[in-house]
Amino acid sequence: MSRFRLAATGRPGSPRTLSVVVLAGLLSLPLVAPLAGAFTLEEFQFSDPARAEEFKRLTEELRCLVCQNESLAGSQADLAQDLREEVYRLLQSGKSRQEVIDFLVERYGDFVLYDPPLKPSTYPLWFGPLLLAGVGGLFLFLTLRNKREAREQELSAEEQQRLRALLADDSTPTKDKA
Amino acid sequence: MIPELGHYALILALGLALIQAVLPLAGSYTGNRAWMHTARPLAWGQFIFSAIAFALLLLAFLTDDFSVVYVASNSNTLMPTIYKVSAVWGAHEGSLLLWAAFLAGWGAAVASLSRNLPLPIVARVLAVMGMVGIGFLLFMLLTSNPFERIFPPPLEGRDLNPLLQDPGLAIHPPLLYMGYVGFSVAFAFAIAALLGGKLDAAWARWSRPWTTTAWIFLTLGIALGSWWAYYELGWGGWWFWDPVENASLMPWLAGTALMHSLAVTEKRGAFKSWTVLLAITAFSLSLLGTFLVRSGVLTSVHAFATDPARGTFILIFLCIVIGGSLALYAWRAPAVSGGGRFELLSRESFLLANNLLLTLLTALVLLGTLAPLIYEAMAWGKISVGFPWFNTMFVAVTPFLAFLMGIGPLTRWKQDEPMRLARELRLPFIVTGAASLLTVILMPLITLDWYLVPLGIGLAVWLLTSHLQAIRERLRHKSRPGAILTDLASNGRSFYGMILAHLGVAMFVVGITLVSNYGQEKDVRMSPGGVQEVAGYRFLFHGVTTQRGPNYMAARGHFQIFDGQRPIAELWPEKRSYFASQKPMTEASIDWGLTRDLYVSLGEPLEDGDWALRLYYKPYVRWIWLGALLMALGGLLAITDRRYRLARGLGRARTGVADNAAVARS
Amino acid sequence: MGKTLKFLIPLALFAGLVALLFFGLGTDPRKVPSPLVGKPAPTFSLPALGDPGRTVSNADLLGQVSLVNVWASWCYSCRAEHAQLMRLARELKEVQILGLNWKDTEADAKQMLRASGDPYRVSAFDPDNRAGIHWGVYGAPETFLVDSEGRICYKKIGPVEPGTWETELAPTIDLTTKKCKESRS
Repeated sequence: MSRFRLAATGRPGSPRTLSVVVLAGLLSLPLVAPLAGAFTLEEFQFSDPARAEEFKRLTEELRCLVCQNESLAGSQADLAQDLREEVYRLLQSGKSRQEVIDFLVERYGDFVLYDPPLKPSTYPLWFGPLLLAGVGGLFLFLTLRNKREAREQELSAEEQQRLRALLADDSTPTKDKA
Repeated sequence: MIPELGHYALILALGLALIQAVLPLAGSYTGNRAWMHTARPLAWGQFIFSAIAFALLLLAFLTDDFSVVYVASNSNTLMPTIYKVSAVWGAHEGSLLLWAAFLAGWGAAVASLSRNLPLPIVARVLAVMGMVGIGFLLFMLLTSNPFERIFPPPLEGRDLNPLLQDPGLAIHPPLLYMGYVGFSVAFAFAIAALLGGKLDAAWARWSRPWTTTAWIFLTLGIALGSWWAYYELGWGGWWFWDPVENASLMPWLAGTALMHSLAVTEKRGAFKSWTVLLAITAFSLSLLGTFLVRSGVLTSVHAFATDPARGTFILIFLCIVIGGSLALYAWRAPAVSGGGRFELLSRESFLLANNLLLTLLTALVLLGTLAPLIYEAMAWGKISVGFPWFNTMFVAVTPFLAFLMGIGPLTRWKQDEPMRLARELRLPFIVTGAASLLTVILMPLITLDWYLVPLGIGLAVWLLTSHLQAIRERLRHKSRPGAILTDLASNGRSFYGMILAHLGVAMFVVGITLVSNYGQEKDVRMSPGGVQEVAGYRFLFHGVTTQRGPNYMAARGHFQIFDGQRPIAELWPEKRSYFASQKPMTEASIDWGLTRDLYVSLGEPLEDGDWALRLYYKPYVRWIWLGALLMALGGLLAITDRRYRLARGLGRARTGVADNAAVARS
Repeated sequence: MGKTLKFLIPLALFAGLVALLFFGLGTDPRKVPSPLVGKPAPTFSLPALGDPGRTVSNADLLGQVSLVNVWASWCYSCRAEHAQLMRLARELKEVQILGLNWKDTEADAKQMLRASGDPYRVSAFDPDNRAGIHWGVYGAPETFLVDSEGRICYKKIGPVEPGTWETELAPTIDLTTKKCKESRS
């Protein structure tokens, strides 16, 4: 079967890409070269535009398992196509967005979700940033307080002089703002 | 023979780097001027031999020398010459060589442009750069030799990854690497200052132009990569939060923070230890990016072929360089004085707050990028962190950043009057409020996150008006009637550079806001002669013909686009199949404009000459990259400020002023 | 916190990062553990390969310990592990090996079994990935260890190699009670 071109790796469907922004300064890779072969979602037709939109959003937020880092919407891998069809079937049969997500998570785990669900195990991920922001805020507060209380430590005249000499510069250092 | 010469040149470069790392440093401690004076010629020597190695690899590509493994795996006789050139850095080994050559190049630049620097400082800076150079040269020679041979040589090469056969991608990596490596100069200055125990305004001023220069390259590199992804990959996106993209964003964010922190250190002597830490961080994140991309630790679309030995090597290298400098920091920084005092309401405060916000963003990108690994290490399950998470975080933090960006330039150093500042901010505030309100009234309420549009537009207007106000304020203070032009000119280029870069941010925000909320996309099946309408534009499909390229066959579509009845563009999207790799590639075709792009990419052929296609309408998408370009131009303007004009320093170098006023040997 | 201690924070954070990266070097980010381990095998019902009249379903899993091996003729690693499966089929009398012939064609699949032997008691034929999705299959080969009550004890991603049974699979099952060992999570 020719469609399994990279069968040697045991993962059907060679990884290829379209939905991947590549900052390819760092790119290129013998085995898993991403390929920009566009394909379309034209085959998935919905009578209800809201469902069509839902389908598009869902496939963008679900990860293709066999690919390096691509969404279902973006991947040309064979398994991604299977999963797109499954998502399409589920949506067509009236399942909600959450039910589709649950269906896939039950089988493949949270790994398929680009949008990690909020639950105890993802609290560090979702609330860790608040903690970081808090630490930053505390640092800012402490620094500002210390600075107000700090003694003035302007450059001494001698230091100014030395600085100018070092920099061989005739402009006044405090004039410009940058 | 030629590849062996290249290999030999690398070994020589390594040897020189070794001496460069030791001798000048030792000289700076013992006061041996002769030893210190070796720094410059050694830096030049390292650069010359690295450049020779690079040129020889290039020669191997140009002559299709497939006895070199690296050439055989990344080139092909049919490939156009320009891509034979860019193939030199198209994969792991060659890109490392480019890294090392650039690093040596920055070293040579420091050697040449540092005539007004005290000798011990030059010696230490170049020694530190030599140490970094050792790491990369050793890495290459031990695990990734680009000059390795195979026997018998294959008759034909495997071809460069077709994705890389594009002009944008030919220059994107060099720009990016220039940026990454450029931060090594700021890093080296910081380490040298820590070693000497002298962190002062002079140190900050020397570091600034180097940092800004590196930052300009990085900005352009990232923007170019994003733009390339947009037009080349055919899915209409421009950023995916892939680990590799994040790896380039982190040093950029840290570098941006560093530039601003350096400004405070130079002007006011404050934030010294913070600035040093940022200088270490920015370069460390560049190195970390190298590790993430080349070790296979994270799943990325564009990871290099991975090899545990390489991962281990880089990790050890990271430990030495970053661990060593952070240890030095922990040892030396406590002795650094705190710098000038300032009040709560002062420019220092706003710059510090923005610095922390940028650092927070850096930390968030790092967290999101490493979270899958953290979760696995903690056995919390396997997760993915993708664009929804990153977007949420950035949408939550960046508005504060933009808000403070508007206030900072209007605030005085040291201490400001609340009432005075309020007066300055009144007009920008009113205009921004009005603009946001107007956006709410005018916009079609179709998007899910409707508030993002007035928010984005509001922030852009805020940035624009507050910076205009900053210019006005400058003029008001100095203005003599009839001398406005002189006044405008007297402000200094770094001031206008700042304004320009910040307006670039405003432009960037407009682009993101509009394209992500009002972009339209259509997946359609079209027959020749068929018409589809997207956002009021009609796309007429004329069909597909077959064309031969130098090393590929292409199916070439032909579209005409009408605005009403008026034809406005013809588009020729292609789908290529490269001979050597048999890989399909899409070349999207775009009619670009300042206010919108119309974008067609060919999908797959269907029966009866029909094609599956993607049509896009991308309003204001160019503003994203134009904004980045403006930021880079702002940086360029800033480094040409006469304070930094290096020629001046060169002129006075021979007087020896600098050397004699030298910072005491520690 | 002392004034000097503050400056050690970056170094400490970096040490944590290095530990994490070191851990990362030893893992394969492409392996995705299955959430189905410890749960009843998903419901499936497929025709048998080469015998469309016969149905392979969950009933085939009950009463004895099974290895459910996902394979395909196009998959080189499957060919590589085939000899191991043949060995296990000979040596492990208390374990039956079931095949899930995945995204394959009947002719190719049968040809492969003719050429290199058939370790499977029966192979379910799933050309369209119908059951595969329910089992969370994302590549071949994959091998599930299922106990006599139809519960999944373990999922092996990638080829079965010499020693895989002994070191990875067997420790997760109690062959006397024919049930998964609970301790594994």
